[in-house]
Amino acid sequence: MNARTEFATAVIREEGYNFAYLDERTKRMIRRAILKAIAIPGYQVPFGSREMPLPYGWGTGGIQVTAAIIGAGDTLKVIDQGADDTVNAVNIRRFFQRTTGVATTERTTEATLIQTRHRIPETPLAEGQVIVYQVPIPEPLAHLEPREAETKMMHGLAEYGLMHVKLYEDIARHGHIADTYDYPVMIDGRFLMSPSPIPKFDNPKMHRNPALQLFGAGREKRIYAVPPYTTVESLAFEDHPFEVQKWEHACALCGSRESFLDEVITDDKGGRMFICSDTDYCGQRRDGAAP
Amino acid sequence: MTLLDQPILEVEGVTKRYGDRIAIDDIRFDLWPGEVLAVVGESGSGKTTLLNCVSARLKPDAGRVHFRTRHEGVVDIYDLSEASRRLLARTDWGYVHQNPADGLRMDVSAGANVGERLMALGERHYGRIRREALSWMTRVEMQEDRIDDSPATFSGGMRQRLQIARNLVTQPRLVFMDEPTSGLDVSVQARLLDLLRTLTRQLHLASIIVTHDLAVARLLAHRMIVMKGGRIVEEGLTDQVLDDPQHPYTQLLVSSVLQP
Repeated sequence: MNARTEFATAVIREEGYNFAYLDERTKRMIRRAILKAIAIPGYQVPFGSREMPLPYGWGTGGIQVTAAIIGAGDTLKVIDQGADDTVNAVNIRRFFQRTTGVATTERTTEATLIQTRHRIPETPLAEGQVIVYQVPIPEPLAHLEPREAETKMMHGLAEYGLMHVKLYEDIARHGHIADTYDYPVMIDGRFLMSPSPIPKFDNPKMHRNPALQLFGAGREKRIYAVPPYTTVESLAFEDHPFEVQKWEHACALCGSRESFLDEVITDDKGGRMFICSDTDYCGQRRDGAAP
Repeated sequence: MTLLDQPILEVEGVTKRYGDRIAIDDIRFDLWPGEVLAVVGESGSGKTTLLNCVSARLKPDAGRVHFRTRHEGVVDIYDLSEASRRLLARTDWGYVHQNPADGLRMDVSAGANVGERLMALGERHYGRIRREALSWMTRVEMQEDRIDDSPATFSGGMRQRLQIARNLVTQPRLVFMDEPTSGLDVSVQARLLDLLRTLTRQLHLASIIVTHDLAVARLLAHRMIVMKGGRIVEEGLTDQVLDDPQHPYTQLLVSSVLQP
């Protein structure tokens, strides 16, 4: 074996594990759930979530979805809060490198499969790409109606007035809808869906997106999907329409005024800067390349 | 015949058993539009079971409950699909619980509580929902500046008013009330009864009120039903039953009211 000698180029697939860690029967079970989810956009399909070699809350749902659909020819990108180099992203990327040996990339345009936590890349996705979201709480009504039998009934009968009660309450208390992430959306005019904790800034990107969007919740054992070019509508009132965040600043590194900015504290004297949360997008702009 | 000449609710032979025990046995009565019917009887006589059976909350073992809808004629409420039954329950019906906390969302403001049914019916204009909520709070004699307060900060009487407003916002034609005043102190009770009497008259509400308080029946109800052991033992016009009770149990009931 010369696996160790090629260490410099990439992490090489390790022996002893099935391709993409999960056994083939499990992958098949998850694929069936995914197909059903695609057939009923926005509907939460239960699946037999497996124990994964990392804790719940770290993306076990997204990892299982990715493991079920990844092929040897895929190019994988993993992001966490928009960045390719944070702990969650680095570990999940290495997990798939070691269990599949597939190529990885930080470039959104080069990836065929993107697993994400909390962001959608700024660079528009294209047909043929798949984006997998890690979801902590798949049920958008969970905080409003604790009984799961009741929330299932509400989905079944499309009784979603309760969600607007929550939005009403926000406006009455704060003067505006206070949700800034995990902002509830209607899929194809039928199912209310949690978009996972992405900022509401990213909600419009989901609407009629050419890429396939898959959502996996490991602890809650649910998979749901938004097929390409599906209508995704953020809930709002006629007199309080949906709005995304805006910043007074441009990115301190690349000067973008269009992207989602993170505030970074630079010292303990009040110094701070605003930079793109999408590291790939920011880097590309600084290199002078598109976008 | 016009709509008013026909009963809004027809209850035929409704029976409910809990195991071997019969909770209510072969109950039948009609309720007419705008009529207030009181159901009285001691604890355990089946009053609440009856109310649950006729309000589609508890399927009876036998018998039928027919409701005259606005547009689709008479329907058997247990033949309806779950979806239309739930729609009926939040548009044409109201249900006032004895404990307001059961009927209210205690973690959202008064305005959201009143507006919930409107939003469930597809109202998506914040300003209109708020105006409607304010107008109903005024009608149930609540202060308008409490609209953004949580019901958890309200007194029992105010909670009960809020629960009534929340039910009436869709202008139902039939309201079920389970002991609506019994958790309140006497002076608050009097004001609430006065309010209920005004509202039922103004809105031409048909109503079934379960109560063990004969004064409530006297004040609000046109007709009353006296229950004992799951059966109707006497029924008639309220004044007639209370002033000239025929059945021994009713006589006992009337004579055991304390006079201060």
